[in-house]
Amino acid sequence: MYSAKLMDHFTNPRNVGEIVDADGVGMEGNPTCGDTMKLYIKVKDDVITDVKFQTFGCGAAIAVSSMITEMAKGKTLAEALSITKESVAEALDGLPPQKMHCSNLGADALRKAIEDYRSRQQAQG
Amino acid sequence: MSIKYFDHIASNPLLPEVLEAMMPYFKEQFGNPMSMYDLGMNAKQAIDTAREQVAGLINARPSEIIFTSSGAESNNFALKGMALARQGDGKHLIISKAEHHSVMNTARSLEKQGFVVTYVPVDKYGMVDPEAVKKSITKETTVISITLASSEVGTIEPIREIAAIAGAHKIGFHTDAVAAAGNIPVDVKDLGVDALSLSAHQFYGPKGAAAMYLKTGQRILPLIYGGIQEGGRRAGTENVPGIVGMGKAAELAALNLTGRMAHVRQLSDRLTEGILKIEKVHATGHPTQRLPGLASFVVEYIEGEGMLLLLLAKGIYAASGSACTSKALKASPVLLSMGVPTSMAHGSIVFSLGIGNTKEDVECCVEEFPQIVKRLRDMSPFAKEGWGAIKAEDASEEGA
Repeated sequence: MYSAKLMDHFTNPRNVGEIVDADGVGMEGNPTCGDTMKLYIKVKDDVITDVKFQTFGCGAAIAVSSMITEMAKGKTLAEALSITKESVAEALDGLPPQKMHCSNLGADALRKAIEDYRSRQQAQG
Repeated sequence: MSIKYFDHIASNPLLPEVLEAMMPYFKEQFGNPMSMYDLGMNAKQAIDTAREQVAGLINARPSEIIFTSSGAESNNFALKGMALARQGDGKHLIISKAEHHSVMNTARSLEKQGFVVTYVPVDKYGMVDPEAVKKSITKETTVISITLASSEVGTIEPIREIAAIAGAHKIGFHTDAVAAAGNIPVDVKDLGVDALSLSAHQFYGPKGAAAMYLKTGQRILPLIYGGIQEGGRRAGTENVPGIVGMGKAAELAALNLTGRMAHVRQLSDRLTEGILKIEKVHATGHPTQRLPGLASFVVEYIEGEGMLLLLLAKGIYAASGSACTSKALKASPVLLSMGVPTSMAHGSIVFSLGIGNTKEDVECCVEEFPQIVKRLRDMSPFAKEGWGAIKAEDASEEGA
């Protein structure tokens, strides 16, 4: 059902947890199947220096979360915003079709975290 | 790594004696039971014996057993066949909200053909109230179908009471006993049912072999028209090896039922005791009126598929009614009908024990499962703050 790479990210997820003093937090959920992902980012000089996630969901949802943290870390905000659902799925050697919509929440959670960071910056400025 | 198989409600391995009984009918005894020569007569004789064995399991007459291809076919046949045969008397059916898909979706298809269906609710244990069934009866009601035991939460329904109510109103009563027959005592005379579905692979027989009990004198229309097999009620060349296997499996189930029940009950009690020690885990289904081998739970803050995958990594095979594990990506309608919130239904996990399981299998599961739950909860955004985290988020989005 799942690729070896996806199973690796599910069984050994990278960057699990919470960043208490995060600069931005994004939460994304799929109301139908219930998958919910919370993504925390630290930003310095427009670069994402740290990412962590907490996810409620199936194997695919957890693997997607793990993968997007690896993809986003070290990227500029603009680069991070160009990460798509398709590129996350591709990096995991594919997702089963029914999981593409339901569990592929990473790119949206990351976008929300960046938006949160930017709105906090504006509020400060 | 040895396999610890706790998904007997999905299917069971064939017993060696059953396979042995089937083998000649795959090989030298390949004849069509309708043929007049010896090969045909031998096959016919084997089917007659199997019919007696299956009848014996549920205290029916052999002539009241109709062989089918699956539990789903039996359920379709009973509901559709009885509803269509009785449509001159009315077009109202009653089923429960916690029926198997093969009953639920048959009822829905009949709705499209102009029948009216009442779906009676179940309580928090998945139990149907016979009084609720009684109150749903109208002058138009012709068929009632309520499952004998739930394959998801294990609850055994008050079938005798409901069948008596149906009988008093001259309404045809069917029960889906697929999860029950061969695993607990099922006596069609004692229950007072008009029709009952059972399936061989639920009691260590082969897949593709199932049956429907139809009480003598009950009217039914076939699903499959053709020849005069099964008394003209179910056409098609008989699945001789499958039917023979079902007969043998039924004979062995009847013979060993008490011992099998005691074995799986002891194991599932120990498993339940161990699993309920984990915080925020709830048993589902009725605490006492339940299938002895089925232990079902919801685990808060995590999702079923993750549990299944991590259990599998330890060689433990189980099932879940969560949305992510279903092809339809919907949470179990049975759990939802019991009032389990959708968020918690995602954490469904079902262990169904069988005669091949050992104490060691169960101890392994009791030891591994808490660690699996902890591992997934450590990743869950809800484990620390509870379900409130998602509700707060929903509220803020609505506000914005």
